[in-house]
Amino acid sequence: MTFTLDRRSILGGSIALGTASLALPSMAFARTAGEKNLLFVLLRGAADGMAMLAPVGDPGLSELRRATLAEYDGARRADGFFAIHPAFDQVGAAYAAGDALFVHATATSYRERSHFDGQNMLETGAAQPYAKSDGWLNRLVSMIGEQAGETHPKALAIAPTMPLALRGDAPASSYAPSALPQASDAFMARVGMLYGEDAELGGLWSRALETQAMAADDNLRNLRDAQAAGDLAASLMRGEDGARIAMIELGGWDTHANQVGAFRRNASQLDALLGAYRAGMGSAWADTMVVVATEFGRTARLNGTNGTDHGTASATLLMGGALRGGRVMADWPGLGESDLYEGRDLRPTMALESVVAGAVAEHLALDPERALARLFPGRSGAPVSGFVRS
Amino acid sequence: MSKASIALNRFGYGLKREQSAPDDPARYLLAQMDAFDPFPSAIAGRSDNAAKPGEILQMLRRLRQQRQMQASEGEADMAAMTEGMRGSDPLNGLPPEVRQSYMAAGQTLRRDVALRTNIAIASETPMMERMVHFWSNHFSVSAQKPGTHYQVADHEFQAIRPFVLGRFSDMLKAAVLHPAMLLYLDQFQSVGPNSRFMQMRARRRQGDQGGGPRGLNENLAREILELHTLGVDGGYSQSDVTEFARALTGWSIQGLGRFERFTQGQANGAAFVEVAHEPGNRTIMGRSYRDSGARQALDVLDDLASHPATARFVATKLARHFGGDDPPASLINRLEADFLKTGGDLASLTRTLIAAPEVWAAEPVKFKQPFEWLVSVLRLTGIENLDARRIASALNEIGQLPWRAPSPAGYDDLAGSWAGPDGLFRRVELAERIARNAPADDVMWRAQSAFPGMLSDNTRTWLSRAESGTQALGLLLVSPEMMRR
Repeated sequence: MTFTLDRRSILGGSIALGTASLALPSMAFARTAGEKNLLFVLLRGAADGMAMLAPVGDPGLSELRRATLAEYDGARRADGFFAIHPAFDQVGAAYAAGDALFVHATATSYRERSHFDGQNMLETGAAQPYAKSDGWLNRLVSMIGEQAGETHPKALAIAPTMPLALRGDAPASSYAPSALPQASDAFMARVGMLYGEDAELGGLWSRALETQAMAADDNLRNLRDAQAAGDLAASLMRGEDGARIAMIELGGWDTHANQVGAFRRNASQLDALLGAYRAGMGSAWADTMVVVATEFGRTARLNGTNGTDHGTASATLLMGGALRGGRVMADWPGLGESDLYEGRDLRPTMALESVVAGAVAEHLALDPERALARLFPGRSGAPVSGFVRS
Repeated sequence: MSKASIALNRFGYGLKREQSAPDDPARYLLAQMDAFDPFPSAIAGRSDNAAKPGEILQMLRRLRQQRQMQASEGEADMAAMTEGMRGSDPLNGLPPEVRQSYMAAGQTLRRDVALRTNIAIASETPMMERMVHFWSNHFSVSAQKPGTHYQVADHEFQAIRPFVLGRFSDMLKAAVLHPAMLLYLDQFQSVGPNSRFMQMRARRRQGDQGGGPRGLNENLAREILELHTLGVDGGYSQSDVTEFARALTGWSIQGLGRFERFTQGQANGAAFVEVAHEPGNRTIMGRSYRDSGARQALDVLDDLASHPATARFVATKLARHFGGDDPPASLINRLEADFLKTGGDLASLTRTLIAAPEVWAAEPVKFKQPFEWLVSVLRLTGIENLDARRIASALNEIGQLPWRAPSPAGYDDLAGSWAGPDGLFRRVELAERIARNAPADDVMWRAQSAFPGMLSDNTRTWLSRAESGTQALGLLLVSPEMMRR
């Protein structure tokens, strides 16, 4: 594809699409990935990129998101044009320290709006839902193993069951922590909707919730659990015997109603987890990368219940001690009626597959083209580059 | 509900993962009667605990005597043991041997609860497991008193399972004269006022200060009449209760030191203590029973089993369990007539139940009890062989531990007892935890298989809108389809 510099790419700092700028010294490929750590955090339920990183510099935002604008008063700015959600306290600090960057208006090649199919594509890396039965993260483990002469790096899902992204030929294990933050709020809300037409269960459920409302809010416990999960991830990845590749999943992002509160709770948990992980990795943070992604974005416009519905493009967060962070990568599509995808969603302008393949390849010193072909086969784009300080 | 769905959910414990819905629902149920295994290998592997209650009671008696010598409150220890796990630490201040014995008893009970639950989860004959649990609850014993922890599961495994397709009279005799029941309803220390034991004691003129047997205890006799056979309006009087209690004297358990030399051990671990039996003929419900020692109570039980009031009472309970809280009179009549015609043949009664059109009513007729719900949840998710602690704590959390019913009437079988806000909330919380630990792919397909032809559009919609497979699975586990049968 041709690439022209315009208002949008300036916003994004130095984006280089295509391989022309890939002037990695060949010796870099000889380095082993042996000391490098990669944590993949999957946000299930379609996390809203426009809430994560609000484009407050875009005049279209106030029209679309009036009820949520107050959230960003005094929030940390990113590249002047964006505001980082205030719940991202520790992520924001990492951003300021140059250890975090956002990529905005990203999406996989999936263009429908089913969580199941979207997550399946994001986890398998296939170009169609259900076209592959193994996961891209597992194929990454194989790739590293082949490069290192068949010793696979340790791979671990910090989850009760093995997520699809880590299933496949390469060895991987799962470890269930005693405390993962509960997506209970989201689940409870769904149960209420499920019982909506059932007089008996609906009535019992309302009464149960009234009783619960009088009990203490469990978000504090969830924050402690999130922090514990971050601590745990770090403890399982530190040191020579630690896992090099790990994955965590967090649910509850499907914010169809009352998004402000729900998103704030989820973002606080994610922030607590990532902050604890960053602190817990200590000196190994310099060799660590975190990729936080979601299956797709949400509608640009708030719906009638102050929530958002299934959309297309979202934002991706990268963290790590070797990142060229403190910036936003974006080919910003704009928020005008004609800018929106199908008149409703943030339009995707960067392929999430190209972002993920490019970032992990740079981090692990793999060939980015080969990584993209192996992890996300059948994509037409090229890997994105320029994530890591060389 | 389709017939396949009714066969799976109303008669059974729901679809098991990897199972497909039956093509011929009635035949599928009848085939389970042939395939039922009363003694699965898991049960055969249990250790024999027949001697445990006696050991524990002896230990407590020693403790009480020691304490009395130390002028302390002996009864408090008995109460502490009896109270179970209520209070902060009921074992506080007890000697190590008593504490250890108590912990071991709790562990045995937990293991047995898990055994029962896992058998139901894995069962290929779930309707038969439902029958076992129905009858087990009809003859409910509860692990509350010292020693009963070791016996309550044995009661179901030995006195209920082998008889679910046999004769009601045989089950009745096995169930009410099993050590667990004899302990639970105080029969083990009931002594005839004119028995040789009392005469000897009077001659010795030394009252037993240890709270030992003091005479007649009517508890078991009354509950057999009220709960197991005739029913509360079954036409018996107080004098029938007392006479029956006298006939039952002598039925006790093995291993009670003082009785040991007068004891005839019974095959089931119970004992008949001739010297405690009240001599003489008895008149119960207008019939006369000559004194035949141990047989006297058995003769009474046989007559109670074939009494018309018993037929009516049992038919009503069975109809309520499978046909709805307020079952159709025609269903009760059908079951009652069968019971009377066959003299209480439970295989025939089960076949009549399967053939009864009322039980195949299209709309759900029951709100699932917690145990039914959990077993169906675990069958559907494919989680097998959960460890004992987790199973027991889950059942405790949702309010229905097997063999811990609050009264001899067993667990209630009406929606009002189970369909409450707190109970529902606990199921939802548990479902979310279970869903996180189970494979969550193809939830929609599984929902359709589990409830063939009855998955509502509403449930389908919310499953398809879930944000993840795990969330969809959690919702399926608490869906209206899963809560009722």
